[in-house]
Amino acid sequence: MSAAGLTRASRAHWGFVAAMVHRLSGLALAIFLPLHFLSLGLAFEREAFDGFIAWSNNPMVKLSEAFLVAALAVHFAGGLRLLAVEFFGLTRAQSIWIASAFAFGVGAGLLFLLRAF
Amino acid sequence: MSAAAEKTLQVEVWRGGTDGAYESFEVPAQENQTVLDVVTYIQRNLDAALAYRFACRVGVCGSCAMTVNGRPRWTCRTHVSRVAKNGELKLAPLQNLPLIRDLVTDMTPFFEKWQAARGRFVPGDGPKDRFAQVPPEEKQRADANAAIECINCGVCYSACDVVSWRDDYLGPAALNRAWAGYNDVRDGDRNGILKAVSSGAGCHTCHTHQSCAEHCPVSLNPTFSIAGLKRATLKASLKGELSE
Amino acid sequence: MSPRLYLLQRGTAMVMVPLVIIHLVVIVMAVQGGLTGGEILGRTRGNIAWAAFYSLFVFAAAIHAGIGMQTISREWFGLGNRSATIAGHLFILLLLSLGMRAVFGVYGI
Repeated sequence: MSAAGLTRASRAHWGFVAAMVHRLSGLALAIFLPLHFLSLGLAFEREAFDGFIAWSNNPMVKLSEAFLVAALAVHFAGGLRLLAVEFFGLTRAQSIWIASAFAFGVGAGLLFLLRAF
Repeated sequence: MSAAAEKTLQVEVWRGGTDGAYESFEVPAQENQTVLDVVTYIQRNLDAALAYRFACRVGVCGSCAMTVNGRPRWTCRTHVSRVAKNGELKLAPLQNLPLIRDLVTDMTPFFEKWQAARGRFVPGDGPKDRFAQVPPEEKQRADANAAIECINCGVCYSACDVVSWRDDYLGPAALNRAWAGYNDVRDGDRNGILKAVSSGAGCHTCHTHQSCAEHCPVSLNPTFSIAGLKRATLKASLKGELSE
Repeated sequence: MSPRLYLLQRGTAMVMVPLVIIHLVVIVMAVQGGLTGGEILGRTRGNIAWAAFYSLFVFAAAIHAGIGMQTISREWFGLGNRSATIAGHLFILLLLSLGMRAVFGVYGI
């Protein structure tokens, strides 16, 4: 897959953009999950766990966490749309559904930021 | 007419095989002109060696599809005025198919996949003792109807992102045909269609990008046909009908 | 992709619909006012219901992500069918083992 492939003129439509957001958010979550589990696994060693949680209150870490929350929310909402298309034959106004999924993802990320700071 | 006739289109046309390059032509602009008219003008007046395909010129035969300014289109029904940017056209062969020369691709993989998806009718017992009655308002008839107007032009196959990432995927056209065939109650082996589209890189390989539907010149939606196959194969596999 | 893999992938997605909503709510509620290790573990230790909830989440997410990684490996990373399948299975095993270890650690079971 070349970088130029992603910008083919034939791919300039909502369905492809939604598919890329879904795939890249899924990939980000898949890469993050082992790290998430490893850090939570520190709970076996209390001092290391306390140290890790203290580190996670760093603003830059919180900002990255907000992106991951947004990725989870947007992957979730985009997945709901996919299930609706594949299992319930949802056909109308796809762009509105896609935009709503993106809005849900961004909203969840912002809500996290508001609460975290 | 006279003012328009003096204007020219700058047309870049792919020449040669995969190691080829674009060649520039100047073609007189007309008020009413399709992209296929432009290609034909080049072949008749500027370079007789240009290879391209067409037959009916009215959007029925499905042989004139090409990549026009980056998007796959049926050229006989695509007006230049709708797609030219500042009087410029860039014409290339369809993507996702082996290139023969210039604007001509080898459609063999496309039609082989059509067969692999069981995209043909298999007769049942025969009408003399069991005549199928198909009411037009029936759900299955409506589903078949929504998928049946395909002209086999290859535009959706060329636009399909999944085919561009894995060339063993059956693709939207073949699966759309399989869905139309599955909804034909006269077919003698409908379960065979479900088996054909669930083996290898079949209907479950589709990720519902809807690039096929976005580009289909006759406004079909292969994505929804494939979604129908996904549901039908899922039901059949849960009932154990897909295993031998 | 076989009908079985498709069912597993979409099935785990459906299972995770309520799980993700609850997890998002938990995240947004817990993050208020900053986190400490003691505060988290005080809330979680010995809580069997939440341990069961997150065990289910780990299983569903591991299968879902493993199949997704198999697909991406096949389509984008240039792996063949066989090696993509192996990569997907290994990823499921990785997530299952690390994920269950995390559940045991955080919930003290």
